[in-house]
Amino acid sequence: MAGLTLNHFLVLGLILFLLGGYCVLARRNAIGILLGIELILNAANINYVAFSFYGGQAAKYDGQVFAIFVIMLAAAEAVIGLAIVLAIYQNLRTIDVSATESLSG
Amino acid sequence: MNHPLTLITFIPLIGMALILVCPPAFKAGYKWIAAATTLPQLIIAGWLVHNFSTNTAGIQFVERYPWIRAYHIFYFMGVDGISISMVLLTAIICFISVFASFSIEHGEKGYYALLMLLDTGMMGVFVALDFFLFYIFWEVMLLPMYFLIGIWGGPRREYAAIKFFLYTLLGSVLILLVMLGLYYYGVTPTFDMTQLAAQSSSYSMTFQRICWVALFIGFAIKIPAFPFHTWLPDAHVEAPTAISVILAGVLLKMGTYGILRVNYAILPAASHELAWFFLGVIGTVNIVYGAMVAMAQTDYKKLVAYSSISHMGYVMLGMASFTAAGINGAVLQMFNHGTITAMLFILVGVIYDRAHHREINGFGGLAQQMPLYTGITGLAFFAALGLPGLSAFISEVLVLIGAWQRHPVMTVFGAGTAILTAAYLLWCFQRIYLGRLDEKYASLPDLSLREGFTLVPLAVIVIVLGWYPHAILGLLQTSLNHLNRVVLAATPAQAVALH
Amino acid sequence: MNNPQTVDFIRWIVVLPLLGAAFNFLLGATLQKKLGRFAVSITGCGVVIASFALAVAAFLRMLELVPSQRFLLDDLWRWFDIGGLRLDIAFWLDPLSIVMTLIVTGVGGLIHLYSTGYMHEDPSYWRFFAWLNLFTFAMLTLVLADNLWLMFVGWEGVGLCSFALIGFWYTDQVNTSAGNKAFIFNRVGDWAFVVALYSLFSGLSKVGHPTLIIREIARYAPLLGTQHAYAGISVATFVTLLLFLGATGKSAQIPLFAWLPDAMAGPTPVSALIHAATMVTAGVYMIARLNFLFSMAPLTMLVVATIGAVTALFAATIGITQNDIKRVLAYSTISQLGYMFVGVGVGAYTAGVFHLMTHAFFKACLFLGSGSVIHALGGEQDMRRMGGLWHKLPVTFWTFLVATLAICGIPPFAGFMSKDEIIWSAFDTGHPWIWSLLWIAAGLTAFYMFRQVYMTFFGEFRGTDEQAHHLHEAPPSMSAVLVVLGLLSFAGGAVMLPRFIATFSPFEVFLAPVFDSPQTLAVTAQTHHQGLEGYFAALSLLLVAAGWLLADLTYRRKILSADRMSRFLAGVPYTLSFHKYYVDELYDYAVVRPYMMATRAAGWFDLHIIDGLVNLAAATTVLGSWLSGLFDNYVVDGLVNLAADATLAAGGRLRRLQTGSINGYLYGLLAAVMVILLVRAVLHT
Repeated sequence: MAGLTLNHFLVLGLILFLLGGYCVLARRNAIGILLGIELILNAANINYVAFSFYGGQAAKYDGQVFAIFVIMLAAAEAVIGLAIVLAIYQNLRTIDVSATESLSG
Repeated sequence: MNHPLTLITFIPLIGMALILVCPPAFKAGYKWIAAATTLPQLIIAGWLVHNFSTNTAGIQFVERYPWIRAYHIFYFMGVDGISISMVLLTAIICFISVFASFSIEHGEKGYYALLMLLDTGMMGVFVALDFFLFYIFWEVMLLPMYFLIGIWGGPRREYAAIKFFLYTLLGSVLILLVMLGLYYYGVTPTFDMTQLAAQSSSYSMTFQRICWVALFIGFAIKIPAFPFHTWLPDAHVEAPTAISVILAGVLLKMGTYGILRVNYAILPAASHELAWFFLGVIGTVNIVYGAMVAMAQTDYKKLVAYSSISHMGYVMLGMASFTAAGINGAVLQMFNHGTITAMLFILVGVIYDRAHHREINGFGGLAQQMPLYTGITGLAFFAALGLPGLSAFISEVLVLIGAWQRHPVMTVFGAGTAILTAAYLLWCFQRIYLGRLDEKYASLPDLSLREGFTLVPLAVIVIVLGWYPHAILGLLQTSLNHLNRVVLAATPAQAVALH
Repeated sequence: MNNPQTVDFIRWIVVLPLLGAAFNFLLGATLQKKLGRFAVSITGCGVVIASFALAVAAFLRMLELVPSQRFLLDDLWRWFDIGGLRLDIAFWLDPLSIVMTLIVTGVGGLIHLYSTGYMHEDPSYWRFFAWLNLFTFAMLTLVLADNLWLMFVGWEGVGLCSFALIGFWYTDQVNTSAGNKAFIFNRVGDWAFVVALYSLFSGLSKVGHPTLIIREIARYAPLLGTQHAYAGISVATFVTLLLFLGATGKSAQIPLFAWLPDAMAGPTPVSALIHAATMVTAGVYMIARLNFLFSMAPLTMLVVATIGAVTALFAATIGITQNDIKRVLAYSTISQLGYMFVGVGVGAYTAGVFHLMTHAFFKACLFLGSGSVIHALGGEQDMRRMGGLWHKLPVTFWTFLVATLAICGIPPFAGFMSKDEIIWSAFDTGHPWIWSLLWIAAGLTAFYMFRQVYMTFFGEFRGTDEQAHHLHEAPPSMSAVLVVLGLLSFAGGAVMLPRFIATFSPFEVFLAPVFDSPQTLAVTAQTHHQGLEGYFAALSLLLVAAGWLLADLTYRRKILSADRMSRFLAGVPYTLSFHKYYVDELYDYAVVRPYMMATRAAGWFDLHIIDGLVNLAAATTVLGSWLSGLFDNYVVDGLVNLAADATLAAGGRLRRLQTGSINGYLYGLLAAVMVILLVRAVLHT
């Protein structure tokens, strides 16, 4: 494991984040957007765990604990997100987000 | 009886509750509940008078329990010579006014319920010895009066009721301020009137004077003293008969009672200093001015109202004299005025119920048609003008004999007003009862049994007290003489400047 | 006087008439309807007669005592005891009060009997007797009271009864107005009376004897000494002057006499009892009662005598022109009361009381006689429509004549004894000018009394035929009373004969203990001219004879013309006299009207100024609250609304940002992140 440094993980996280970000911004499919969000969250998780691993003794497991929280949160978010998508689909027969402008103020 | 004063004060509230829960189907029962409530009250009053010890100036039948400890407020009741006669008067007048109310024909439930509440308030004022409690009863009495005039009154009832309410409230506010002032500036903060009296010399003289005048205005509105009197004729004219009876019979006495109980007892030094003007001069103005204005009235009830103002002047003048005769005469006059004016208002009500107007010039010759009514009216009129042998004579004489020793000039005016009083009462009597009978009134019935029942007991009291005034004077004497000595002994120099 | 003997029957003398009054007031109307007038008369007259019997018994009992011990006291109960004023309901009899009691119950009883005939047709018969009994009660209270306040109870009580009986026929407002006038005039006097009592009490308190019990005042009055009340006037003078003002009200003297002539509106027995024999003499009685006090005040005595003499003459000059049979007698009463006041005023207390007694006899007889005439003529009172009645009403005529001779002071009738005693005393005590006034008044008295006799009983009858047809002598109940009073008018003076005739005066001896205080004796001892009395009596008789002769020539023989006499001095004296010197008008314009105006002004002031101020305060409050309402609406509320409006407008603008496009939001998010990063970058470099 000696070859792996903190930077490798950060680069991986960055790539994942950018992929996720692109996915969120570019996809019109709601499920695609949700997938993108998952990617972003996981990018953050990698960073947490990495910082935790390479960080000092003072906060040894903090990053891991946070990561678990985020995973749990992501799951919850996915459930709610998918439920909304399902509701939109039932109403509009589509899951294209550009069609859901009825929430406009 | 363990708690006679609590009982006598709150019995009417039980009556009120009964009236309120009584279903409308038993509408005719309200008045009987009211009567059945005031009768035990009268009996207790009789019991109190009977068991009252005339040998001591102290407070009797004391009930004293802590109520709101944080502010030293007590549930403190008791009577002494100053209040015992007023308790008796209130019980008599309330009992009679229930019977005088029988002609009320709408909203009986509310009427009798409010009447009972009023009764509690009035009785409470006379037995409370904690200033805070006193004030509460003072205010309790105000509200029912407002509604009784405002709902069951004559054509201008709203105006009269509002005028009465606001005027009296103005007085109440002043009393409240003084009460709080006495509480906060006292060496020991207390609302206990006996305690306040005991520590009276600890208040600075300036403070005492301010309090005295504020209290005086508060009570003077109730008396009513010139120039705060104009609510009274309006209130009387609009109020139903029984309410007029209570107003004149009991409520007005609270003003002078308050002055004796609070101004004299708690602020003796200021009383000693200020009474000659506020009670003496204003009292004399009341006497003369009331009699003169009464002469100008064409409304029977207004005439009686102004005569009532005039007669209350004697109470004030007697109190200003600081002599045993004057001050005893003043309280006796309060009692006598209560009975006589109550009679007069019932009598006005009798004719108003029949003829539906009160224009003095619109009558004439009623003596022919209603001899009994005329006879009792004659008795009441002569009692009012101070005919010897009837009760008011004794009290007026005592007042004037006392006043003469201190304020001879005022006494001469006060005594001289007896002429003016005779003039307006006889003139009124002549126009209403004597002369040729108007055809319009040829079918008016004479006094009914119920009306006779309200009038005859009062008439008997008026005659008996003319020949045996000791019945009331005996109760008053010890306490009043003591109070008088306290006031005479208090001089401004004794008040220590603490503030 | 120190230790009055205590008895317990005097109360019944007083209370019996009260019981009669109460009985008739409460039950009279019913009894009269059910049982007839008889039941009312029995109680009405019975109680007074019983009272009289008791008084006689008391008198006899008193005679058994030695003169200095003739004081009986009946103490009922403590009336009040306040501030040193300790008074009882108590009655006492002494020689003076027993004399008065006998007059009140005796003459009163006779008049009650007379009334059973006179008032027989009246539907309110019961009411008349009830009031008459009540009057007797009040008068006896006045007479027998042992203290001045109780006396005042009677003093005003008789005023009340007088008021009620003057206005007895109340359907006519003329009568009721006369009643009011009487009461109010009396009230003026009563005002002075009570102020006098206050002052007296306060004066006695200062010397350590706070009392108003008459016998104690008698004991302590000398202590008042020269104590001053006001402006250098001694208490005794101040008090007695006020008391005398009170007496002028009750006894119809100047300046408070104007009510008495009007009081004739009442039934004639009332005029006889109240306004001639008893009530109006109360003032004289009071002064005699308090002789020890009045004797201490020479100024008052002079005032009393002067007012008495002036009134005697003044009223006599009015009496000569009046045409109403009762009004003539009314003025005559005022005049005779003036004589009595002169009597007590010059210190001849016994003479004053003596004249009081004889006057009660003959004036009651005259009034009842005039009542008999009025009764016979069916209510006619104008003497111009009478005449020639003497043979139709013989009993009335003869008794009337006897009484007239008595009032004129012709010996040996009762009036001569008493009146002459007064006239002589006035001169004897050094008041010649008072004597001269009385002397002239005596002549005028003879003139107007015989004028009345001639106009009423002589000449042709001038009434209507119907009246002439119904002329009849009074029923026995009335005529018998007239005869008794006639006899008394004739012989009643025999108890005190003038000294120049004989030294026989049991009346004076009997009353002597009443007038034995040192200060009174000091006054009565002032006699100067013993021995001249007979000459002065002759002088009086001369003038009386002249007055009689003048009346005879004018009204019987018609040699002199009354009209021509009235035109004397352009008719001015006549007009003045006929219109009673315009005294009523004077009172009306000087007192009544200004006072009525003042009351109306006071009423206006109260309604518009005082109540106006109250209403103004209310209106000001309302205006203020309206203004503050405006402020509240437009300023305070305006600010609140402004804030709300601003928020709303901002919201309207901002909502455009809410497009609903998720992509838009995400780009926005990205942009925001970029901006934050950029800012960070900039700030950290």
